[in-house]
Amino acid sequence: MKQLVASRMERCIGCHSCSLACARLVHKCLSWENAGIRIQSSGGLSTGFLAKVCLTCDPPPCAAACPTGSLKARKGGGVVQQKKLCIQCGKCAAACPVEAIALDRLGNPYVCIHCGSCVDFCPHDCLEMREVEA
Amino acid sequence: MISPTFRILEVNLSSGRSAIRSMPGVETCLGGSGLAARLHLDLAKPHLAWDDPAQPLIFAIGPLTGFFPLMSKSVCAFTSPLHSQYAESHAGGRSALALRFTGLDALIVTGRSERPVVLHLGCNVIELLDAGYLWGKDALTTGKLLRSILKGSGHRTIIRIGPAGENKSAMACINVDTYRHFGRLGGGAVMGAKNLKAIAIEGNGSQDLPAGKDYSALYADIFRKLTDTDMMRKYHNLGTASNLEALNELKALPWRNLQATSDPGITGISGQRFADDTLLRNAACSGCPVGCIHIGFVREKFHADNQYLYRQVGYDYEPIFATGSMLGLTKAPEVLTVMDEVEKVGLDVMSAGVALAWATEALEHGLVSVEQTGVGLRFGEVEGYLKAMPMLAGGVNEFWRLLAAGTMAAARHYGGQDFACVLGQEMAGYATGEVFYVAQSLGLRHSHLDTGAYSYDQSNAPKDVTKALEFLLEDERERVVLTSMVACLFARKVYDPDTLRQCLTVLGGREIADGLDKAGSRIQNLRWQARIANGYDPFQVKIPKRFLEVSTWKGQTDPQYLENLRLAYAKAIKEMSGQGN
Repeated sequence: MKQLVASRMERCIGCHSCSLACARLVHKCLSWENAGIRIQSSGGLSTGFLAKVCLTCDPPPCAAACPTGSLKARKGGGVVQQKKLCIQCGKCAAACPVEAIALDRLGNPYVCIHCGSCVDFCPHDCLEMREVEA
Repeated sequence: MISPTFRILEVNLSSGRSAIRSMPGVETCLGGSGLAARLHLDLAKPHLAWDDPAQPLIFAIGPLTGFFPLMSKSVCAFTSPLHSQYAESHAGGRSALALRFTGLDALIVTGRSERPVVLHLGCNVIELLDAGYLWGKDALTTGKLLRSILKGSGHRTIIRIGPAGENKSAMACINVDTYRHFGRLGGGAVMGAKNLKAIAIEGNGSQDLPAGKDYSALYADIFRKLTDTDMMRKYHNLGTASNLEALNELKALPWRNLQATSDPGITGISGQRFADDTLLRNAACSGCPVGCIHIGFVREKFHADNQYLYRQVGYDYEPIFATGSMLGLTKAPEVLTVMDEVEKVGLDVMSAGVALAWATEALEHGLVSVEQTGVGLRFGEVEGYLKAMPMLAGGVNEFWRLLAAGTMAAARHYGGQDFACVLGQEMAGYATGEVFYVAQSLGLRHSHLDTGAYSYDQSNAPKDVTKALEFLLEDERERVVLTSMVACLFARKVYDPDTLRQCLTVLGGREIADGLDKAGSRIQNLRWQARIANGYDPFQVKIPKRFLEVSTWKGQTDPQYLENLRLAYAKAIKEMSGQGN
């Protein structure tokens, strides 16, 4: 079981290529917001960058908060998502302790599914897929 | 996906009202440079002063913005306080993607607010916030305060001015996200004249993509060219600062107000020196994996008890030329400290450095006195320049007010026009020869970016006016297409015409792709029409004597070649504007 880990964020230049890749390849839209990983400056561009991404809680509080089972615990941590079950209640985003779940303007949640689509688009190897025991 | 119409937001600061409208013409104006010129022609009032509330301040992006890597810049257009004519300036940062994700192709600001305001925009917000408490604040502090006041997602741009813009200096820049700028031709003064301290844009929307895999495959292909080959290595390695040593070697780097073109002091301000001694890290504009922004680090001891402060300052070739070699400063930390001061007060660094270089020589010649300047300026001595930057931005007395209107304006008053290093506006850092001097002097943006004339000079092409003119016109046309998309010009080798056509086609813009060459020529003409509508006469542009005295690796400037090319380019500009013969 592999997990996405933003392990070298000190190298990040803030290009948002990871977010754009997630939106493009996973969610089929152009966005830096509707993505499972999002980049923020940590208090202005002069102080470096943070990745807002699922930290693979086990058990995941977002899945516990989801009333319909749209988000379910994934083996090894994090969640799997069934979009058609989502009622856009926003409980998952509120439950996430690190703001890793984004809600779009309609209330649809965007959470990392640890597919690794973003990794190849990071020019500085800030991201990696790391093997964990399920 | 590419829409056949532009979506444009107009905000009137006088009334506080806004309107969103659609405008046809994507196939002819494309976006960016073409759209900005079209809007300025439609909306600007040539008979009114540059700072009249009716004059528009325009920001435009292009059809490929955000859809492909390095399609990451915005075009800002306005009537310039320097020459009261059409002006264009480009910047990156987050500005382009923030506009894209608000669903806008262009933002137009007209009117003048009674009190200082911040314009706050997003997909579902348009509001004017009182900013009286920000007036007088420097550009960096303004950014910090707005980041905490406006609770955004981090996906936003904060475009703001410093004191230079508030004081309507013709060399006031617009700061974009701390390290990027709409630098030249006084855009900051236009915001100041509108009582507009800042524009904060939250890009909180998304856009549809075409079905199928073609788009993602093309994106990945271009991304790999940009990141897996050496095409962009120069820009993320030493960055543009690598040019310092190369141009000094060629005897083409302006030193001490262009009194020399090479100096052994280069060892203290070379790109390698900045990287070895000061480079803290790189950063990127949104949507660009190259990361050419080089952030230097300098610390200062401010108390005997080992108390230090530190500054993080973005550097590039042009700022190092303007505040380093041009002022005779040869220590990288000192140069960064001057740049930091320029950043705070919100001046265009190239204009400010060149202006102070002229002021230094004017003091040497006794054309102005220390009583008039209020500060002594000597090449190689940093203290005077640090004191002078706020005086220039603030226009603190008659001398500084005149200089803030442009070096040539001050030279006309005090004398010293011969050694004012002005090519339309204060020179960019290329003492490469006749083609560059003509290109910047007459070029639409008076910039080293209108064409690659500095490269043409370095190619040692024969002194052939016809060939040089052909190069200028064709290179301008190609660049106009790129700046209408709006690409970063560093990616010009990746985005060749065929690649651009593929990008447009995959996004549903087949007709635009098919007509790209024609659109380029049309936009080239349109921009000159916009410039000449405000009274520009390229035949009246003079090249100061200092440029005739320059000696490079090729020898001294050839005055006849310079003059012949100047007249030929002026004639071509008139023809492009539809006012030939």
